[in-house]
Amino acid sequence: MAATRRLGRLEPAALQGVMVREVVNFSSFWRSSTFSSTVDPTIYLLAFGFGFGSLVSTVAGYDYVDFVGTGIVATTVLFSGAFPAMYSTFVKYEFQHTYDAILAAPVDTEELVTAEALWIAARTGVYGCVPMLVAVVFGLDPSWGMLLVPAIAALAGFGWACFGIFIAAKAKSIESFSYWQSGLLTPMFLVAGTFFPLDKLPTWAQVLGNVNPLFHCVELVRHAVFGFEGWEDIGHLAFLIGFALLSWRLAIRFMERKLIL
Amino acid sequence: MECAISMRGVVKRFGPLTAVDGLDLDVPFGTCVGLLGPNGAGKSTTMKALTAQVIADEGELEVLGYRLPEDSKQARAEMGVVPQLDNLDVSLTVEQNLLVFAHLYRVGPGERKAAIERALGLANLGDRRNSKVDQLSGGMRRRLLIARALLHEPRLVLLDEPTVGLDPQVRQELWALIDRLRSEGVSILMSTHYIEEAERLCDTVTIMSHGKAVAIGAPHALIREHAGAEAIEVYGPPARLTDVETAARGRGWRTRRTGTSVSILHSNGATDLDGERRVTNLEDVFVLLTGEEIT
Repeated sequence: MAATRRLGRLEPAALQGVMVREVVNFSSFWRSSTFSSTVDPTIYLLAFGFGFGSLVSTVAGYDYVDFVGTGIVATTVLFSGAFPAMYSTFVKYEFQHTYDAILAAPVDTEELVTAEALWIAARTGVYGCVPMLVAVVFGLDPSWGMLLVPAIAALAGFGWACFGIFIAAKAKSIESFSYWQSGLLTPMFLVAGTFFPLDKLPTWAQVLGNVNPLFHCVELVRHAVFGFEGWEDIGHLAFLIGFALLSWRLAIRFMERKLIL
Repeated sequence: MECAISMRGVVKRFGPLTAVDGLDLDVPFGTCVGLLGPNGAGKSTTMKALTAQVIADEGELEVLGYRLPEDSKQARAEMGVVPQLDNLDVSLTVEQNLLVFAHLYRVGPGERKAAIERALGLANLGDRRNSKVDQLSGGMRRRLLIARALLHEPRLVLLDEPTVGLDPQVRQELWALIDRLRSEGVSILMSTHYIEEAERLCDTVTIMSHGKAVAIGAPHALIREHAGAEAIEVYGPPARLTDVETAARGRGWRTRRTGTSVSILHSNGATDLDGERRVTNLEDVFVLLTGEEIT
């Protein structure tokens, strides 16, 4: 007679266990991670804000520094969400065999993926605010809506983290990340309304921009800071939630294929 | 439920390769069972099937009374796994590694400290608690891997090649640790390709070859049954060894070639042969049954 006690899915205890591992490990590399996640966007901000900003004073009705300062929040979320997820997932799978150890404990792949993405999302929620705070130093006016930015960054960060895990699950080698990086992430990074508005671009580029999660993140952050636009922003939010859900399930599906033989 | 592990007719294929081919395996509670076989015999696949990291194509698996794969998570909560590949977090300290797994194994907040101390004591790593893993020797790392699997005081422990790649002296330290677990009543399934390890530690041994169990029994019983009490080891140039083999087979004895010598088995009482008499061992049994040398 087989015992029938069965543990459920997505248990808090399992999620917590995986996150504790991430947090303890983070304590040994938080300096480098925080350095790149905060210095990179600050450099972009300064370079574009002052370099390009000396040629263009306003864009789409915003001061250029304000326009870029809010836009870079979203690119920071992309970089500090997707890239750590891609590389750390691949390294833990391929070189450190960490997942073998975790899946031998009472943790399922679904919990493993979810917990790792939640932890990265929490980090992007914090890192995403850095360029905005730097922009405040350079003249962006503080507003109450800024308090929502960490939540928007965390939501988009969860989506990107899951997308990064999905890429790592599909990758045969770490070199194949280049295709995703150059073929998908870099174009997304540029055609997102971060550095220049999309509405002056040809129609095909606008259409591409509209299916780019980064564009919706940029718009939502900008509107949070300067004032929401009603239904339009509900649309952006819905798109980000949809992107997060889809990436989450894809990441789980493909990690299961990789980890469970 | 009398068995900690019970497998019936388990089959696992990877494309054209059948890694496990109709395996039956029992680990009665409180015993140490060895899975003995050369590399590629299907031992690691079998171990992975017990944690549902490999899903069997056919057959039935029960671990601690839970059906796999559907109730595997509950089974994993109650057992400890020592992997073949070192998967410690090398940038963390000994104690941090244990802390992480105390969480993963759901040791309650009030008991974590005590569990970690107990594991450190078992592995004799108390004075290295603050050392980073990449500063530890191979033997210490393996002891830490074992300690990590014991944090939640599991009733069943899976050891996949626990001493592979270690010095003989370090290996003996680990044997003492495994023997201690066994004496405390923990059920153990251990895969190994070291004959001596299986002979010393295991109550019963399942010899695997090409994914199948080719013999099951206590080590001494298997030796008696398959190899007899005594072997005669004849040394000489290749031509002489071939002659000896032919002569021995003519008298109905089994032989095995070991590079520089021929072992004649089941020749009990024969006095007319020149050679060294030695006690038979599990390796003789293995080679006789599978035709393979253990590497």
